[in-house]
Amino acid sequence: MKKVFARPESINDEIMHYCAGCTHGIAHRLVAEALDHYGITGKTVGVAPVGCAVLMYDYFECDILEAPHGRPPAVATGIKRSRPDMIVFSYQGDGDLASIGLAEIVHAANRGENITVIFVNNTVYGMTGGQMAPTTLLGQQTTTSPYGRNLNTDGYPIRMAEMLATLEGTSYVTRVALDKPANVLRARKAVFKAFDMQLKNMGFSFVEMLSTCPTNWGMSPTEAITRLQEELIPYFPLGVFKEKEVV
Amino acid sequence: MSDNTRILVKGNDALAMGAIKAGCKHYFGYPITPQNEVPEFMSRELPKIGGEFVQAESELAAINMVLGASAVGIRSMTSSSSPGISLMQEGLSYMAGQELPGVVINVVRCGPGLGGIAASQGDYFQAVKGGGHGDYHLIVLAPSSVQEMYDHTMLAFELSDKYRNPAMVLADAVLGQMQEPIVEREQAPEPPPKMWALDGADGRPARHLKSLLLKEGELEAHNMLLQEKYREIEKHEVRFDEYRIEDAELVVAAFGTAARIAKTAVGQARKEGMKVGLFRPVTVYPYPKKRLAGISERVKDFLVVEMNTGQMLEDVKLNVAGDAQVSFYGRPGGGIPTPNEVLKRIRKYYPGQAESNVQSPLWQTQGRQSPKLENKRGT
Repeated sequence: MKKVFARPESINDEIMHYCAGCTHGIAHRLVAEALDHYGITGKTVGVAPVGCAVLMYDYFECDILEAPHGRPPAVATGIKRSRPDMIVFSYQGDGDLASIGLAEIVHAANRGENITVIFVNNTVYGMTGGQMAPTTLLGQQTTTSPYGRNLNTDGYPIRMAEMLATLEGTSYVTRVALDKPANVLRARKAVFKAFDMQLKNMGFSFVEMLSTCPTNWGMSPTEAITRLQEELIPYFPLGVFKEKEVV
Repeated sequence: MSDNTRILVKGNDALAMGAIKAGCKHYFGYPITPQNEVPEFMSRELPKIGGEFVQAESELAAINMVLGASAVGIRSMTSSSSPGISLMQEGLSYMAGQELPGVVINVVRCGPGLGGIAASQGDYFQAVKGGGHGDYHLIVLAPSSVQEMYDHTMLAFELSDKYRNPAMVLADAVLGQMQEPIVEREQAPEPPPKMWALDGADGRPARHLKSLLLKEGELEAHNMLLQEKYREIEKHEVRFDEYRIEDAELVVAAFGTAARIAKTAVGQARKEGMKVGLFRPVTVYPYPKKRLAGISERVKDFLVVEMNTGQMLEDVKLNVAGDAQVSFYGRPGGGIPTPNEVLKRIRKYYPGQAESNVQSPLWQTQGRQSPKLENKRGT
């Protein structure tokens, strides 16, 4: 019988620690598929964040480096500038990238570093137990916004893709969602594109993935998908915000 | 250039020159006084030799760029001054935990806080006791001349790679800003291949460099391994310098710029017949504990001189024999002890000694260049 679907070679068969219904597994898979597709697993370094995905080194078949909280874009800069022949990606959550690591992501983007950033936005700090993130929606209850995120005291959720797209240094900036097969296929295409840009020395590529965190949202996996579709996508619209022509 | 031609060099430039001679082609840094000559030098020179200079958005980013370059096996460095070094403590703790080499230069200014830009030794505790969170040590070298600024930077790269541990050159604003003649060294040999580096999993299993160790007992075991490494460093890498210790009745202990000042005072004291010597730790971590303990078996009086309110003082007290007396003279906040001030403290051990002052060379009192240095200019 012909095999039509298999685990990407760039990911191993460890049982992932992610919770039921969490979309990190899909995001990992898409990155691994891109590494397979371009045959770059053997010359790629992934930079892990602090957060749930810090354990990504347990799953990927490429070299992985752990970075301090929020610093993966700086760490990736150090790698790429000293080994431009290697492929470098950072994989970061919203607390890591949009809060503590805001300076690092903005400046790596602004310098046009030739790296790929995968940004998993699930509107909450996952690993620490569901605290408010810079992407937490207005009114969203978290363990540190028990009465709901209040714009007067907590400000507004940050739209990272839109913000980075304004910088001249970025080459490819997109937001995708991991909610249904059609969107996952679009996300796959975006991740491939992001690595392709790096392989062609086009500079900074950024893929924001709207994701779920059923555990910290206090929802079942299916309820979480519904929330992503009904609440996240209207505030964080999907689409390509920046795409430089490949020369 | 390996002949003995002497060239006149500013301390901060010597740091950068030493780094390049050590094979460092990757520099990441952020501007801060009084070390700006280092990034300026690197931004000018590294592109000429196929290297990379990145002006980072902050010292946080700079140290993490060093972390990244180091993880893929490339010699790299950053430099800063006290407030910037405080921001780097996070990265240094991670690098120590992940056992990553890398060189950090601290041209110390005075604090706390924004403080001032004058020289100080107020960062001694931070440098030698760890600085960031967790149980770890940096290898810390304390230069006392522009030649040592150059040599210690080269040595820092060598030791850092040898022990897979970040190393720091603990300089100060005086050393960074002054000019002295130096002799350039031979280009350092390439470091041995780094079998741990993340240079691509082609043909081998994937490698990970991390400091998160959650399995029961794993982190404790890792800490014990780090401690074993520090014991090895303490066993093999202690360096110090001595001046007229042999028959000394009083030993002045000082490092860096303070040691130069103390040496002038010790020289004058000797002229006046006081049996005084100078003990100068060159490595402040590992600290020359055994030698200091050895000296204190014979010598019972120690005077510690620092440009702070007594930091290395604690290491001296910890390591001298129980019956030794340790006194202290120091000035914080950019105050720099003069040789006469030190001599005054030395004289307290010799009651009845006639008062006299250290004779300043004419060029110092009249604000002129040293004739010696003038002769060397342009050679």
